[in-house]
Amino acid sequence: MSSLVLEKVSYQYQQQAVISQLDLSVEHNEIVCLLGASGCGKTTTLKAIAGLIKPQQGRISIHGQCMSHKQLFVSPQHRNIGMMFQDYALFPHLNVAQNIAFGLSKLNKSERNRRVAQMMELVRLEGLEKRYPHELSGGQQQRVAIARALAYRPNLLLLDEPFSNIDTQVRFQLINDIRSIIKDQKVSAIFVSHSKDEAFAFADKLAIMHEGRIAQLDSAKNLFQKPKTKAVAEFLGRGIYLDATRYNGQSVTTKFGEVSSSISLPESEQHGQIYVRPQHIELVNAPQGQVEILQQRFIGTEYVYHIKVADQQLEVPAPAEQLLDTNQPVSLKIKAHAVNFFS
Amino acid sequence: MSRWQVIAWSIGVCLSTPLAFLIFESLQGDSEVFSHLWDTVLWDYISNTVLLILGVIALSCIIALPLGWLAAYCQFPGQRFFEWAMMLPLAMPTYIIAYIYTDLLDYAGPVQVALRSWFGWQSPADYWFFDIRTLPGAIVMIALVLYPYLYLIFKTALREQSFKLVQASQLMGLNPIQSFFKVSLPLARGAVVAALALISMETMADFATVHYFAVSTLTTAVYDTWLGYYSLTAAAKISGIMLLFLFVSLLLERFSRKNNTIHERQVSINEEALYCLTGKRAWLATAYCALILLIAFVLPVTILLGYAIDYFDQAWSNEFFVYAWQSLKIAIWVSVVAVLLSLLVVFYQRIGANASKNVPGRFASTGYALPGTVLAIAVLLPLTLLDNKLNQWFANTNFEPGLLLSGSIFAMIFAYIVRFYAIAHGAVESSYVRISPSLDMASQSMGKNLLQTLSLVHLPLLRRGILTAALLVFIECMKELPAALLLRPFNYETLATHVFQYVSDEQLELASISALFIVLVGLIPLYIVNRSMEQHRS
Repeated sequence: MSSLVLEKVSYQYQQQAVISQLDLSVEHNEIVCLLGASGCGKTTTLKAIAGLIKPQQGRISIHGQCMSHKQLFVSPQHRNIGMMFQDYALFPHLNVAQNIAFGLSKLNKSERNRRVAQMMELVRLEGLEKRYPHELSGGQQQRVAIARALAYRPNLLLLDEPFSNIDTQVRFQLINDIRSIIKDQKVSAIFVSHSKDEAFAFADKLAIMHEGRIAQLDSAKNLFQKPKTKAVAEFLGRGIYLDATRYNGQSVTTKFGEVSSSISLPESEQHGQIYVRPQHIELVNAPQGQVEILQQRFIGTEYVYHIKVADQQLEVPAPAEQLLDTNQPVSLKIKAHAVNFFS
Repeated sequence: MSRWQVIAWSIGVCLSTPLAFLIFESLQGDSEVFSHLWDTVLWDYISNTVLLILGVIALSCIIALPLGWLAAYCQFPGQRFFEWAMMLPLAMPTYIIAYIYTDLLDYAGPVQVALRSWFGWQSPADYWFFDIRTLPGAIVMIALVLYPYLYLIFKTALREQSFKLVQASQLMGLNPIQSFFKVSLPLARGAVVAALALISMETMADFATVHYFAVSTLTTAVYDTWLGYYSLTAAAKISGIMLLFLFVSLLLERFSRKNNTIHERQVSINEEALYCLTGKRAWLATAYCALILLIAFVLPVTILLGYAIDYFDQAWSNEFFVYAWQSLKIAIWVSVVAVLLSLLVVFYQRIGANASKNVPGRFASTGYALPGTVLAIAVLLPLTLLDNKLNQWFANTNFEPGLLLSGSIFAMIFAYIVRFYAIAHGAVESSYVRISPSLDMASQSMGKNLLQTLSLVHLPLLRRGILTAALLVFIECMKELPAALLLRPFNYETLATHVFQYVSDEQLELASISALFIVLVGLIPLYIVNRSMEQHRS
């Protein structure tokens, strides 16, 4: 059974559609990242799941139980959801143990103490029970927040940009820690982020959000290899579009020659465009080439060339040994890769 | 509609009723008394009011702008002390300072006596001496007490500007005075206008000084019309004119605040003083601050202390304790109720989802800008109506309510709540916004409902804000005079009305301990403001 299912969920705020007809499902013990630019509706989606806002249309169910549908609306305190906030939202007037115990009022005192001790151990904060939030480091606060959100065994864990306040040096270590804590507790989680790197490191699947909908839900690898829309392909990294014709199931022809693909291409359309990222481009000397070099920059191990091709601009790396003349046109060679073909 | 919404809206409507009645009443057809006043003295009252406001504004600027500039930018002997001490005059009720200076400067006062014996003058015909009990005298007295508003706001505005702006202007060839007029002052213009609007509202609200000096303004006209002619309608109409004045001030204040936010506030705090004054200039700065402080605070308080010592036996009377207790009782009632109401309204603002969630709070706060005399009339309008209805209701029974609402301390308490609700609301709201909304969400996601969230999360975090709110309201209640004069039940005195009574009878000496007590109580909010500013800086 899916842990969470959203069906055609829409939410308007002041006549503006923030999310529209959104579908999403999260499997048991799976971490899904809602990834998208700011304003795409990802935090709103999270709030709708938590019950902090009420969507005007659609159905939300958690563990098969309907939470929001037409007149039915289960208020947040009855959804049994754990939530971790961008600012952690630790209660400043309560110490660490009291914060973790906040959601445990249904347990009796000894069970509650045992659970708090368990959680302290899980997040490796033993001995800090009596500290107040302001006496902890950012990373410690974050571990308290995750412990608090998991303490009452929620059906689902929601994380709202939890890593954005953490220094880059320790961020990925923390992402690993939190990921293994969540996996250890066997809880499904939804994680909101605008950073691809965090999403790749933290989530099992990524849901790319665009204009209030899920454009695609898939693993990182599949998103790169088989983006369903141009928006998804563009969100995952800059590139250029080149007109292309399907040559056979494994390759296309462009004005820069034949490009072979490591995955089979859709059969339906002959003509279309391929989306090419810098790492698949090789710049070659060609006096009659159709690529203009606008700028050149040395970054230590290689050069980066700012090129203009077919009215699009892109930065392309090239090995330091291969020095190209900025005044001379060049041409492209496209390496074999999983070609993104759009008809 | 949730029950929180119903509660918040009822509070909003209830507390704005007096103003609504006042506006309605002032738009009613002509009353005889009002047309008589209109034909005779009302224009004098209006021009006096305007002159008073303009005079106070001008004098406040002259006193406070240099002080603000010195405090924000300069280093000179005593700067740290003067920075907070210059706020102290705010604690002085104007009528006390007015009385003391009258006593000091009139014909029989020590100054003129000394001059006469010095120069051998025999009678008033021999020399000229200014009369303090005039419009200019009132301007000076009121400005001495109200200038700290401008000083505080201006100083803060200057502090928030980056010193780099001034330094840049000086690198471009401006001297300190030029850069004050070309950079600092224009940048702080919004703050200055807001402060002046505040000062003009307070000036308009002042009743005691002008009454004592026999300068007729709109405030005294409201008072006299009600107590002299018993015409609520005419009093309401004069109040209506004051409302127009107030409305202009409020608009100015709002508008300038809006404009002010355009300027980007600097994040970092200016570490060191911009100008290090030395030599003659440094002493001049010190002398200027000391002179203002002496005139506006030290001298009056010293004289008051002198009265209290000389007349201790009469002033330390039973009356003092009785009236202090009566004031205390009302102040406690009002502060508890006002804080409770504001908590309910602000909590609704916190949880409400619709666009109109802030409206009840705005409605409930409308009473704050009302001068005490106007407020009293505004409160009497609905209460006398209710009393009439009650009396009709019980006409066939043995019970006679009489002036159950309008003639009892209920009227005073209600009026004070209407007037001071906004203070409680502001204090509670400002500590509420510091509680991150994600705490509410966290609490809810952990299975707590709204009431539990309020009691387990909000209230512990609001404790300080609630205390501050209650304290501020309490103090304002202790000081409030004009509304009390108009609304107190027969023979009922508060400390303020008691002191004012003795001021009017030229016997402040006998109430000097009460007066000192009022000054002391007035110092408490200054301490709070100062502490919060220090915290803000560190």
